[in-house]
Amino acid sequence: MCLAIPGQIVEIAEKEPLARVNVGGVTRNVNVGLLDDGAVAPGDWILIHVGFALSKIDEGQAHDQLRMLRAMGEDGLAIEEVRGYRFAEPSQ
Amino acid sequence: MKYVDEFRDAGIISGVAREIARTAKPSRLYRIMEVCGGHTHSIYRHGLRDVLPANIELVHGPGCPVCVLPTGRVDDGLAIAARENVILTCFGDMMRVPGTKGTPLELKARGADIRMVYSPLDALRIAASNPEKHVCFFAIGFETTAPSTALTILRAQELGVNNFSVFCNHVTIVPAMRAILDSPDMRIDGFVGPGHVSSITGCRPYEFIARDYGKPVVVSGFEPLDILESILLILRQLDAGEARVENQYKRIVPWEGNPPALMALARVFELRPYFEWRGLGFISQSALSIKPDFAGFDAEKLFNVPGVRVTDPRGAQCGEVLKGVLKPPQCKLFGTECNPEHPVGALMVSSEGACAAYYRYAMHASAVEA
Repeated sequence: MCLAIPGQIVEIAEKEPLARVNVGGVTRNVNVGLLDDGAVAPGDWILIHVGFALSKIDEGQAHDQLRMLRAMGEDGLAIEEVRGYRFAEPSQ
Repeated sequence: MKYVDEFRDAGIISGVAREIARTAKPSRLYRIMEVCGGHTHSIYRHGLRDVLPANIELVHGPGCPVCVLPTGRVDDGLAIAARENVILTCFGDMMRVPGTKGTPLELKARGADIRMVYSPLDALRIAASNPEKHVCFFAIGFETTAPSTALTILRAQELGVNNFSVFCNHVTIVPAMRAILDSPDMRIDGFVGPGHVSSITGCRPYEFIARDYGKPVVVSGFEPLDILESILLILRQLDAGEARVENQYKRIVPWEGNPPALMALARVFELRPYFEWRGLGFISQSALSIKPDFAGFDAEKLFNVPGVRVTDPRGAQCGEVLKGVLKPPQCKLFGTECNPEHPVGALMVSSEGACAAYYRYAMHASAVEA
């Protein structure tokens, strides 16, 4: 429930506070409205929780966090959560 | 030691464990509460009990959102789901939490339109694409999750999605810690403070615990080494007769928290005068409700929820386990009537619940712990 998932920003949307984020090979839109304006750019790493970026982190921290999720046996769930974000994807 | 041995820092961990053993005075008992359910999960998964001296007792705290939600609130949410033309949305963890008439999953099987979502924004999207229905999001969680709900409500207002509401059950961790400190049957010597909650709130809200109650608080990461280091920092403070708030999880937690997230919370939510917690009873100013400015998105204002207080299922001792008075296997239903396949109480549902974590990892690993 309180998973915080590391992901790397691929692209920032122009209008909405959205970023295209890669999490373990899965790419989804994530809301970056909880971060200061202009805080993140493509290539940056963030921690994601229920569709929102909670904080900007560095690459080393992202790897630490991934290792922690693996150690907790929650890495599969993290990917499943991100894969499940549908809010900014085109309708099927 | 099994899980610890698999961890890459096994050598460093043994070093910290030895330092803990050196610092803990054999003549006294230490009761340290890990507040967050994520920490509880990590402690059991990695068998950390086994590397600590016997006179350090870890007490599992209330930081598991589905665990502390009282049955009456589950019933209220399911009453909303039972209405005509309503789609109830909730996180996966909620789907298996028992209400008086069954879990959300069971009600769904009986025909209610209940859908699992991974983000409150997904609930908003369902509302936008089903204008003939009303879509309610069953919001649970601590400060980690509440800002996301706040931004979703702001987004709904901005987009003019008027068939969307939130059944708000967001709670705040600090009043629960105060209630624990004020409770006569709970003597805690120090706290392993929550990690991701603190990335939002920062460390300042814990300062009164050190100042007014004289207890150390160490905000901690989730890896085995993080948790052991935090325990060591608590022991060192106790040994030196000090009480401070320390931040072991600096790599994620800024001392001042996340200002934009705190602003979103302040804009959308206000404190409830009181809220019921499973096991801890009614706690003053411990939960959030939606401000009158956003009343159109507040499911409690839109729908008449029963609001009935319900006791724990007969025989289940969730409350005692949540307060740390009983260990999971000391509950009469543990492992027999109540198990992860058929949870009777909420602590058996979430992986952050003490009972589910104990059942999964500790039952066979260390039979002596109870």
